[in-house]
Amino acid sequence: MVTTTTRPNLAPAFTRGETQEALRERAWAVAARVTDPEIPVLTILDLGVLRDVKIGDGTVEVFITPTYSGCPAMQVIALNIESSLEEAGFGLARITSVLSPAWTTDWISADGKAKLKRYGIAPPTDAGPRVARFGEEAVACPHCGATDTTRISEFGSTACKALWRCNACKEPFDYFKCI
Amino acid sequence: MAETPLFALTLRLADNALILGHRLSEWCGHAPMLEEDLALANMGLDLVGQARSFYDYATKLEGKGRDEDALAYRRDAIDFRNVLLVEQPNGDFAATIVRQLLYAAFAEPYFAALSRAKDEMLAAIAAKAVKEMAYHVRHTAEWTIRLGDGTEESHQRAQSALDDLWPFTGELFETDDAERGLIADGVTVDPAPLRAVWNRTLDPIIAEATLARPADGWMQSGGRAGRHSEHLGHLLADLQFLQRAYPGATW
Repeated sequence: MVTTTTRPNLAPAFTRGETQEALRERAWAVAARVTDPEIPVLTILDLGVLRDVKIGDGTVEVFITPTYSGCPAMQVIALNIESSLEEAGFGLARITSVLSPAWTTDWISADGKAKLKRYGIAPPTDAGPRVARFGEEAVACPHCGATDTTRISEFGSTACKALWRCNACKEPFDYFKCI
Repeated sequence: MAETPLFALTLRLADNALILGHRLSEWCGHAPMLEEDLALANMGLDLVGQARSFYDYATKLEGKGRDEDALAYRRDAIDFRNVLLVEQPNGDFAATIVRQLLYAAFAEPYFAALSRAKDEMLAAIAAKAVKEMAYHVRHTAEWTIRLGDGTEESHQRAQSALDDLWPFTGELFETDDAERGLIADGVTVDPAPLRAVWNRTLDPIIAEATLARPADGWMQSGGRAGRHSEHLGHLLADLQFLQRAYPGATW
């Protein structure tokens, strides 16, 4: 038999008498550890996809924002947040997608950019999609650091990446597009 | 069916994105090279993602319990409000690229303006979409230049695509009374003044591609009011098949 509470169905995390702020911090930490299924070295915190966590009446609500409108990773990310919070005793969390303000590569943390580079993906440069046509962006090769690189394709293996090649070390690499 | 002007507008934006996104998805596995297969699928994914956001908002505006699947999969051609341009068949690679350029060169400034309009939800979806459309413009502009200024064959195909699709571009800038009411209230934006921006984007691309800009003659119209070419019915037969054969199927 469980101890009697006024809310017998309350998830374990809400029965310890923590303050709302402590609960929120703990829920935030759990959600922040969820990684991007396509780029597993990055957490959704590194990416800037995790926007907010709110503690309601016995529930957690997590706000995330998509990188691209049609990014298929969002559903997996939402599921992983749900299951992580459930495992941590928060019960069934509510995941809300927010579109505004629109996600930008500026939200990827400095740490996230360093992780991307170590993983072999060139982090976004400051140049947006409005730069001159025919790939005149200067993207440094994440393998050897050379800037003598060529864009092979504007669109790569996922919506957020483009395909590039290094003319110095001859290695192909992904470039995280700047939006 | 009595519809609010805002629902009708949102549905149009959703239908444009869904139908063009589906057209691009038809290239999956058939593009001339792997990189283009990825590019067309990626652009299609952007558009289907935009469509989902607009449909989701439309269901909330309608408030009749229809979900986004009901709007996408269980309406007939006459209920679709997309412009005729986006339902035109893929044709050859040049036709697909030129169609995408003509649409994206309109959608980019349209969404940029809409992102500053009064309706918060439309503005939020537009702010997201405008970044994606900027990439579509750049990618299809590059291809239009390569094709137009390429071989005799590619030049001729790009010119034919431009000539054939041009009469469908007038509809992009149309509005009706209901939409003009929303524009007057600042809820949405007037597409008509964007024609100048569209021209400024397209003219240098067409010139660099050594193509001839077609004359602005008689323009096709009707898609926005549900009067479609026969192509849409065929497209929907493919798009909606599963939900028509097995209503409510999930997996």
